Amino acid sequence: MSSETVAVTLRVNGETTTQMVAPRTHLADLLRGRLGLTGTHLGCEHGVCGACTVFIDGATARACLVLAVQSDGAVVETVEGLTDAADPTLRALQEAFVARNALQCGFCTPGMLATAVELLRETPAPSRAAIRERISGNYCRCTGYHAIVDAIETAALRLAGHEPR
Amino acid sequence: MPHPPAHAAIDRPNSYIGRSVPRPNARRLVEGRGHFTDDLPTTPRTLHVAFLRSPYPHARIAGLDLAAARALPGVALVATGADIAAVCTPWVGVLTHFAGLKSAPQYPLAIDRAVWLGEPIIAVAATTRAIAEDAIDLIGIDYEELPAVTDIDAALAPGAPVIHPHLGDNLAFRLRLDSGDVDAAFAAAHTVVEDDFHFNRHTPVTLETRSILADYDPATQRLTVCQSTQTPYQMQEVYARHFAIPAANVRVIAGDVGGSFGMKLHVYGDEMATVALSIMLRRPVKFVADRLESFVSDIHARAHRVRARMALAADGSITAMAVDDTTGIGPYSAYPRTSAVEGNQAVRLMGGPYRHRAYRGSLQVVFQNKAMMSQYRAVGHPIACAVTEALVDRAAAALGLDAIDIRRRNLLTDDAYPYTSPTGYVFERLSHHQCLDLLERSCDYAALRRDQQAARQRGVCRGIGIAAFIEITSPGPAFYGVGGAPITAQDGCVMQLDPSGAVRVQVSVTEQGQGTEAIMAQIAASAFGVALDRVRVVTGDTETTPYGGATWASRGAAIGGETVLLTGHALRQQCLALAAAILQTQPQTLDIVDGRVVDAADGQERISVAELARIAYFRPDTLPPGIQPQLVAARNHVPRDQPFAFTNGIQASHVEVDTETGFVRLLGHWVVEDCGRIINPLLVDEQIRGGVVQGIGAALFEECLYSPEGQILNATLADYLVPMAGEIPDIHVAHVETPTLLTQLGAKGAGEAGTAGAAAAVLNAVNDALRPLGAQLSELPLTPQRILAALGRV
Amino acid sequence: MPALPGRDIAGDGNGVKAAALRYERASSLADALALLQRHGASATLIAGGQSLVPALNLRMAAPELLIDISRLDALRGVQVMTEGGSPRLRIGAMTRHAELGRSPEIARHAPLLHLAVGHVAHAAIRNRGTFGGSLAHADPASELPACALALGSRMHVVGHAGARVIDAGDFFIGLHQTALQPGEILVAVEVDVLADGFRPGFAELARRQGDYALVGLAAHARPIPGQMRFAAIAPVFFSVGARPLLAAAAARVLTDATIADADRLHLAQQALAADLDPPADPQASSAMRLHLARVLLGRVVAQLVGTPDVI
Repeated sequence: MSSETVAVTLRVNGETTTQMVAPRTHLADLLRGRLGLTGTHLGCEHGVCGACTVFIDGATARACLVLAVQSDGAVVETVEGLTDAADPTLRALQEAFVARNALQCGFCTPGMLATAVELLRETPAPSRAAIRERISGNYCRCTGYHAIVDAIETAALRLAGHEPR
Repeated sequence: MPHPPAHAAIDRPNSYIGRSVPRPNARRLVEGRGHFTDDLPTTPRTLHVAFLRSPYPHARIAGLDLAAARALPGVALVATGADIAAVCTPWVGVLTHFAGLKSAPQYPLAIDRAVWLGEPIIAVAATTRAIAEDAIDLIGIDYEELPAVTDIDAALAPGAPVIHPHLGDNLAFRLRLDSGDVDAAFAAAHTVVEDDFHFNRHTPVTLETRSILADYDPATQRLTVCQSTQTPYQMQEVYARHFAIPAANVRVIAGDVGGSFGMKLHVYGDEMATVALSIMLRRPVKFVADRLESFVSDIHARAHRVRARMALAADGSITAMAVDDTTGIGPYSAYPRTSAVEGNQAVRLMGGPYRHRAYRGSLQVVFQNKAMMSQYRAVGHPIACAVTEALVDRAAAALGLDAIDIRRRNLLTDDAYPYTSPTGYVFERLSHHQCLDLLERSCDYAALRRDQQAARQRGVCRGIGIAAFIEITSPGPAFYGVGGAPITAQDGCVMQLDPSGAVRVQVSVTEQGQGTEAIMAQIAASAFGVALDRVRVVTGDTETTPYGGATWASRGAAIGGETVLLTGHALRQQCLALAAAILQTQPQTLDIVDGRVVDAADGQERISVAELARIAYFRPDTLPPGIQPQLVAARNHVPRDQPFAFTNGIQASHVEVDTETGFVRLLGHWVVEDCGRIINPLLVDEQIRGGVVQGIGAALFEECLYSPEGQILNATLADYLVPMAGEIPDIHVAHVETPTLLTQLGAKGAGEAGTAGAAAAVLNAVNDALRPLGAQLSELPLTPQRILAALGRV
Repeated sequence: MPALPGRDIAGDGNGVKAAALRYERASSLADALALLQRHGASATLIAGGQSLVPALNLRMAAPELLIDISRLDALRGVQVMTEGGSPRLRIGAMTRHAELGRSPEIARHAPLLHLAVGHVAHAAIRNRGTFGGSLAHADPASELPACALALGSRMHVVGHAGARVIDAGDFFIGLHQTALQPGEILVAVEVDVLADGFRPGFAELARRQGDYALVGLAAHARPIPGQMRFAAIAPVFFSVGARPLLAAAAARVLTDATIADADRLHLAQQALAADLDPPADPQASSAMRLHLARVLLGRVVAQLVGTPDVI
């Protein structure tokens, strides 16, 4: 039974791929194991830590909480793809994260960035409280979050055409 | 002493020391190009391991049926504890300098008997992790439950089951400290404050779980281990010892490490079993701990019950302190650093910031049938700080003193150094009063007190908590090596001038996100004299970097940094000698600044470093006769002048307590700390903030909940509450800089400071808020249930 | 309340990779019903998967077959229905939490759902999780089942034998138990549009943003202007029992004209002892949950009558 696989076709970072997967395989394992997109990290595999956050059909999702077969036909974007596509929101966030040292070990960072990209697409000038609320599903053990909030705030200002303080 | 003045070596033109430059590896990580152990490409031959773990805190393995698991397609090997023990010798977590410390031999997997819930019993290696888990489900195993020792106070009770009968009892270690006339001080005291403090277990919860990929090559008898570890050199020695492989044949590679905090330097049975499986199967074998097993197999931390008393004179001077600490470490002392250090440091740090000379500390370290407990960030510090600072606040309340005033009255004065504490710690130079003064200004203490009064008028319950602390950093050889551990206190650096004029730095300190590589690059660039982007730092691979202590106990900047500084100076001297030969002058008339060899007198460029390198590598035929260019420098450095580089600091927490619900809202947090010379303020501040939030976790959220029978109740990331962004306030960090005079760099450590004092500050703030209501807490974490109970509401 | 109920950490097969299973994507509701009928108890429906997939990964659930109904667009969306009865909202079972949160119809006609849905986990979960999935999963700590009960929702259910409507009050039976019979699918939920004078009240106490609450309260009520009394109120508590619980005794006190306004809230809070007998867990004792329920009742009543917090 475990060897039964099914074909899944999805568009990942602009490229269409067809993969034979066991139905029990979650999307994060497909991205990491088959496609080598290891920027999507696994921190808990029960949907709590947020490290595997990616975009599915334009909205963030936990890649560990979506079976690969469920994403047949979907458009998936990971940190690698958004980087290569020079997504302006991601770019601004990456610049701010690096400048502000809003990452230490970097394990949470791709998921944190995905969450922040969605926030800034929806809300151009979020308050610090709104930023904290939005990233409250992404666990970071290293930074204490303050620098991440700073960096998202800075990126928002820059995207709005303001020079941050 | 033969030491140069602290500032001379680093006050050079274009120095990067003290500048907030971004980390070179951050760009890679924000683009998702990390190389964490689970990200590494594997061959199709690689096997994946899953473990059957004990569901009981203490049980005999009465029967085992492995046939179905072994028959499952895709399963390569199902190994028992005895199978693994055939290739891996057991270890005992003791060190000779902890006199009397005892522990039992520990095997990678349980043999016959499991002694904690989560102890690995059976390993399955299969073609995928999923199949390995399928096989685990097919294992038939019968347990005979044995009586479990769970509560730390019960461990030594008469008639308690003895976990390792041949050890006689469950007492792993005992320590007594006595200094000054404690009894007389208490007898003469104007005021005595005392309490029982309970610190419940928590656990580091690195976001990247423990991960290891072992590959044994029987043809050459070489073992290569890619591992998420802080200490590749220590692990090289451990694998050599326990698998009987020459150390020179063992290569350990730590790529990107997704957080460590002291958790990823202990020896874990499941990781040892993974290496054993690679040796047995002659193929690569990988184990990535899942989150659930991490909660029961990573080391836990803290777990103390402390009875503490403090004596004071009428003027608020502390005259004595006495503590009795019992700490539970699980069924074994961890290897190779032992589980005695946490308690040892807790009882030696008690009262550390203050002037009293009378101190009595007693420590009992006990075995119990719970997950193993050992070093985690700020080992022992938060316990000592919370106990001391809670008592100071209680004394202040009893004497009608302000929290700042009583500390100002008692803190070691800034001219008291060098100072030897009643527990034997030697402080070279600390800055408690400068830090206190700066904290008072940075949090606007007077305004917080006014706000507190105004809030009380509105019926809102707010509090301010202060916590002063000392911090142990940068241990010397007396810490582990002296006790027989294969752990070096020295670091090594090899620095090469490349043909392009760039500098390659291979150094033994490792990176887990602190910014080690950035800091080493800053020091190398400054010491040698090139732009930062001309420096490349290589860390984390025993094959390509010099042997050293790596990164733990806040030693990277101080010891590794000094090593790099000395190496950079050496390479500069070598290059200046070469340049002088080419330029027909004396080396001392020249300097290297920003990639150029210049006249030391006027800064005029004589030759670029790149040109110097080009000549040295490709046209040595043009050099004067007899010149052999020396383009590689190497240095080692070990602290010889003090056992630790002590630092200090102070924190303030501002909280609001909802007295109806017991919920605590953090309104603000301030830290002032002194880590000596600051290499990169940006990185230091984030070390502090990250540490504070781990302390806030201990204060409010984190607790490994066990039933009285020893069942763990919250071993998922949904049920174990780590601090998330929504509950954490902005954290304001300021610094006092008191460089150590014992090194040229002057740096001390900073990694423990945030965690050392944060929980104490929050505890004091909550108690400050509740004091008018007559409620007081002395158990962490401060859960709504405990707060409501203290308020008498439930 | 454990976020992953029913977990036995040390018991059967811990892990992070789901046990082997088969997967079918339903092409239509009829297809889904046929698949369910064919495979019986060995099959489990999957919608957004935000509760089921963690259970699969941790091997707390191991169905032989998953039938994916998340792509059934006929089961998705929010509509205002006027024909054949009083005006009402029809919410497709596969409507995602994020869509509920963004829907102007929900904000206008069922503001309680609008208030509550922002408390459901985190944005990435709300982007996938579905309204119907949440109701059918019937987690006693979930916000949406409590809201559905407070609003007097009607669950539209289809089985191979035909369609039926189940009142929310009959729908939630116990821990992860609903009145859905084997082979039935929840297809839509209908709620009356907000009637004149009715208001939503919602509050929960969660240790961290997005966590399951220690205690929560969703209320649908019609306050009487200028009084502490309600013409009608449905206070539904969650995380205090095996299912969302309507606090009927407290509601009677809050509507009883014979009780003085000055005593009303206190008496209603006392009456909760008759409504609730909360279970204990490691985070909160039974007494603490009852205490917190009383606090929340005070806060939600204050929201509803538009006065500052009273207790």
